Amino acid sequence: MDYILSIVVLACINMIAVLGLSIFTGFTGLFSLGHAAFVGVGAYTSAILTYYYSVPFPFALAAGAAAAGVVSLVIGIPTLRAKLRSDYFAIAILGFGEALRVILENLDITNGARGLPGIDSFTTLPVVLICLAGGVLVARNFLRSRWGVACIAIREDPIAAEMAGVRLFRTRLLSLVVSAVYCGLSGGLLAHFLSFIQPVMFTLLQSTQLLAAVIAGGMGSISGPLIASFVFIALPEALRVAQMWRLVAYGLLLVLIMVYRPQGLMGYSELSSLFRRKKAEPVRRQP
Amino acid sequence: MTTMERPLFSVKGLTKYFDGIRAVDSFSFDVTEGSITGIIGPNGAGKTTVFNIVTGIYRPTCGEVLFRGENISGQRPDRIVRKGIARTFQNIRLFNRRSCLDNVITPLFQRERCGFLGSLLGTPGARKMERDLYERAFGLLKDLGLEKFASMQANTLPYGLQRKLEIARALATDPALLLLDEPAAGMNPEETRSLANLIAEVREKFKVTILLIEHHMDLVMNICSPIVVMNFGTLLARGTPDEVRENPDVVAAYLGNRKERK
Repeated sequence: MDYILSIVVLACINMIAVLGLSIFTGFTGLFSLGHAAFVGVGAYTSAILTYYYSVPFPFALAAGAAAAGVVSLVIGIPTLRAKLRSDYFAIAILGFGEALRVILENLDITNGARGLPGIDSFTTLPVVLICLAGGVLVARNFLRSRWGVACIAIREDPIAAEMAGVRLFRTRLLSLVVSAVYCGLSGGLLAHFLSFIQPVMFTLLQSTQLLAAVIAGGMGSISGPLIASFVFIALPEALRVAQMWRLVAYGLLLVLIMVYRPQGLMGYSELSSLFRRKKAEPVRRQP
Repeated sequence: MTTMERPLFSVKGLTKYFDGIRAVDSFSFDVTEGSITGIIGPNGAGKTTVFNIVTGIYRPTCGEVLFRGENISGQRPDRIVRKGIARTFQNIRLFNRRSCLDNVITPLFQRERCGFLGSLLGTPGARKMERDLYERAFGLLKDLGLEKFASMQANTLPYGLQRKLEIARALATDPALLLLDEPAAGMNPEETRSLANLIAEVREKFKVTILLIEHHMDLVMNICSPIVVMNFGTLLARGTPDEVRENPDVVAAYLGNRKERK
């Protein structure tokens, strides 16, 4: 039971990070291979705060999320101002993510590559569920707000978006910061669940897994990436009986999704829309 | 202030080089408030480049774009939109995977002041603003006869309606000057006629000045006055439809040998 519980908690923690990346990639249309670094910043910031300074857990979590947001400005301002094209941006942020990891490995306060052991395990299932539910709610509200609408407009057509009065740079930057805050929150929860963190937990591999969940779940969807990220965490665990085959199954799942659902599980739609009756009228040709 | 004193919009000595190619060459013209001005000219004359400079997508090599007496050349596109210039595109650029309503609400939202935290938390105030904006967006769709398609995804609309939706989206920025880049492209004569009526209606209803690029001569000759003729990036002629039609330079450059048939 404890084992299943811990997988559920891990999956939920991962879902929060995926939710953030979904806002940035799925709704704003920018790819990132460095978001695991923001998870790392959140994890280390909050862990250091509770470990060395005995800051109360909720404040440490908030500080971790905020720190990730601030750090995202460092890479976001120069690259997004230069209007780097999506793929170039992904590479720039990849380099940034790796650089952050190297910094974590060489600081004294992070205990370097050996990692930080003995963090209090404050993260429980209710805490994670509250954070996830709040995160989904805020993401939904954000996407319906002035800024969310602007993000989606940029994804659809940046030039048309500008001509609709959208501020390209600011909106993209905001989207990056919001996504980094989600990742930072996820990191804080992760650190206080595992009670041990290490810089290698926040590398390109983790960034890729986050991105894979967003793409496989579907661009422009909140529910799709959440389902995908849950499956991606739970499936390898469920397949532990077939030790050597589980990574094969993981890869196979990705390939199958690419072949049969190139738009992702829920591309540009939500789970809730499946239960709603479609009321759209048929198009009538103009006379 | 009468409109005779100062034009709403004018372009002075506008020049744009793309490397060695001179796309626009010391091009100047005025647009008086309330007019429907047409820009015509052969393909590659630099018409769309002028639009792209005016809306801030390109920076001019030199020259000025004056809007209400202020030089706006080289400013950011979203700033220029806020000052009151909106446009549509030659190759339609809608927010394809969004509904018609969402297409129109995007510019409406950008003109509002919203509290960030309030929006994230979904406060009643933020909700109310959202509802009001959806109502206004629906009203705009209604004005253009698109209300039946409000919930449909933009790229599923037939071509002519997509052009209308683009006009609706441009009007949602509350412009004083509306630039239409080949609004009748790909339309049959019937559709073109109804578009001409629509453009005239839009001018009356929304009190906008219209500047349009078009190749459909019947549309241009019917609703535009004055007409500006461009060729090789320069101003070839300017005048009423009749003056332009009779201008020998224009006939030579653009209308071919129609004059002989007359």
